[in-house]
Amino acid sequence: MSLLISVHHKFGDFILDAKFEAPKGLTVLYGRSGSGKSTIINAVAGLLRPQKAQITVGSQVLQDSDARTWVPPHKRRLGYIFQDSRLFPHLSVAGNLDYAARASRRSIDTAHRAQVIDMLDIGALLARRPIALSGGEKQRVAIGRALLADPQVILADEPLASLDGARKAEILPYFERIRDETDIPILYVTHAVNEVARLATTVIALEKGKVLRQGPARDVLSDPRARPMGLGAVGAVLDAVIKAHHDDGLTELDAGGAAFFLPHVAQPIGAKVRVRLPASDVLLAHQRPSGLSALNIVSGQVEAIQNTSESGAIVTLSTCAGPILARITQRSVRAMDLRVGNPCCAIVKTVAIASDLGTDLA
Amino acid sequence: MIATLGFSPTEWQAIGLSLKVACIATVFSLPFGIFVAYALVRWNFYGKHFLNGLVHLPLVLPPVVTGYILLVIFGVRGPIGSFLQDWGLVFAFRWTGAALAAAIMAFPLMVRAIRLSLEAVDPKLEQAAATLGASRSWVFLTITLPLAVPGILAGAVLAFAKALGEFGATITFVSSIPGQTQTVPSAIYALLQVPGQEGAALRLVAVSIVLAMGALLFSEILARRASKRVDGA
Repeated sequence: MSLLISVHHKFGDFILDAKFEAPKGLTVLYGRSGSGKSTIINAVAGLLRPQKAQITVGSQVLQDSDARTWVPPHKRRLGYIFQDSRLFPHLSVAGNLDYAARASRRSIDTAHRAQVIDMLDIGALLARRPIALSGGEKQRVAIGRALLADPQVILADEPLASLDGARKAEILPYFERIRDETDIPILYVTHAVNEVARLATTVIALEKGKVLRQGPARDVLSDPRARPMGLGAVGAVLDAVIKAHHDDGLTELDAGGAAFFLPHVAQPIGAKVRVRLPASDVLLAHQRPSGLSALNIVSGQVEAIQNTSESGAIVTLSTCAGPILARITQRSVRAMDLRVGNPCCAIVKTVAIASDLGTDLA
Repeated sequence: MIATLGFSPTEWQAIGLSLKVACIATVFSLPFGIFVAYALVRWNFYGKHFLNGLVHLPLVLPPVVTGYILLVIFGVRGPIGSFLQDWGLVFAFRWTGAALAAAIMAFPLMVRAIRLSLEAVDPKLEQAAATLGASRSWVFLTITLPLAVPGILAGAVLAFAKALGEFGATITFVSSIPGQTQTVPSAIYALLQVPGQEGAALRLVAVSIVLAMGALLFSEILARRASKRVDGA
């Protein structure tokens, strides 16, 4: 089942004009605040009615402004996870979880309910009121409530934005599990690049109401021209497999034959992980350097050089691990005489990878 | 006699009638009060300001004017009164009329209290309920109404206390017939017209104070309990 969205909406000076498909898996709407992410997600939910739109989930038309079709929110079968959780304060956790079933006069699927409660580890909270929950617990209950609504699409509007680092790390794995264990398309709004890198199957990069670029997470994040969150968030995303846990506390990853070392990753050998290498943390060298503290050195060829400002540039290397981006000065490009096709080495500090994934790998 | 607490049968009748009138007035006006308050808070419609003004009119009009208007409209020859008479419902010079007058006079207070509590209900929670498959009426019954319960209770008790004390519109609309339309305030007024009845009047004054004070305290306790339940503290 996939989600087809074409929205045109104008309010004041802002014009949202976006068209994309969200396939199975997790599609991230990625961009700054004011780029139109929330407008799109609320249009899918039916909480906002765009002037022109075609929105379809699987075979069900949610809105078609040409045919004057508009399904009200309560008939859309949604699972909407809000940033501020929006649990009902007068109901217990159990009452919140069962709200959707009661509202649509469905009998509660006890097996599914038990499974969701178990997955989110909220069994001990069922009798409590939302006010007695921590931020992370609230959000877990909100996720459970959305899943138990028997949704045909899951919407998440910056679900981690109001949580601190440790709480974010607590919630992220649940989204991975929903992505991997269900067939329900998930539309996820965020401006945090590490959430995109870790969760996204598909990325829709939005800027000022327009789709800047769309495609698989790896392609969009590795494209130096698509940078909805500015240069600081540009960086390559590598798919890697955990190869070994070493005695000195480091974990060795294998990405297409290249070895990467990270501080201990609490996952078993063979587990797939995603690693983001921020372009600003990557150094370039002609030859494999010696006598250097950095552990991660990958050789490759210069694939593209993109000038990003008067003095800066982003160099894309093609390596066996995939494209790696380095943000350096144009002076360095000239000094090293970098040209497309030249062999080159990328150097990444272990700590740089770790710090970007810090919350993820805690 | 201890059982009568020194009240005469007429005075007992006035107390009983007052309580009956206030209860009926509160119970029957509450659904309208909730509806009007909800409409004023959540809906945008033509004539909203007019409705708001109309609801508040009894608060600012002289009660005697309100009573007279009721007499004109609901009297046996009034446009609504004659129609209702065919259905066997008579208001003028009956205790039902006293209840109607009390309800109309208490309505602005009730609507104000309910309106405040409805305004405090976060529309985002109602949106969340809609995304979970709840229709508008279900959202209202399961989210809006329970969250507004403290204000609704406070509004109801306030209206009850106001209905107990209503005098001007009542005496104009239904007069002060002992045993039929004579409520506590009209009984006090009647007693004060007769020399030497100050003692009886004073006893009813004390009753008024106790009832009103009790209602206010009760509303306070209810509101506190309900808000505890709603906040989950």
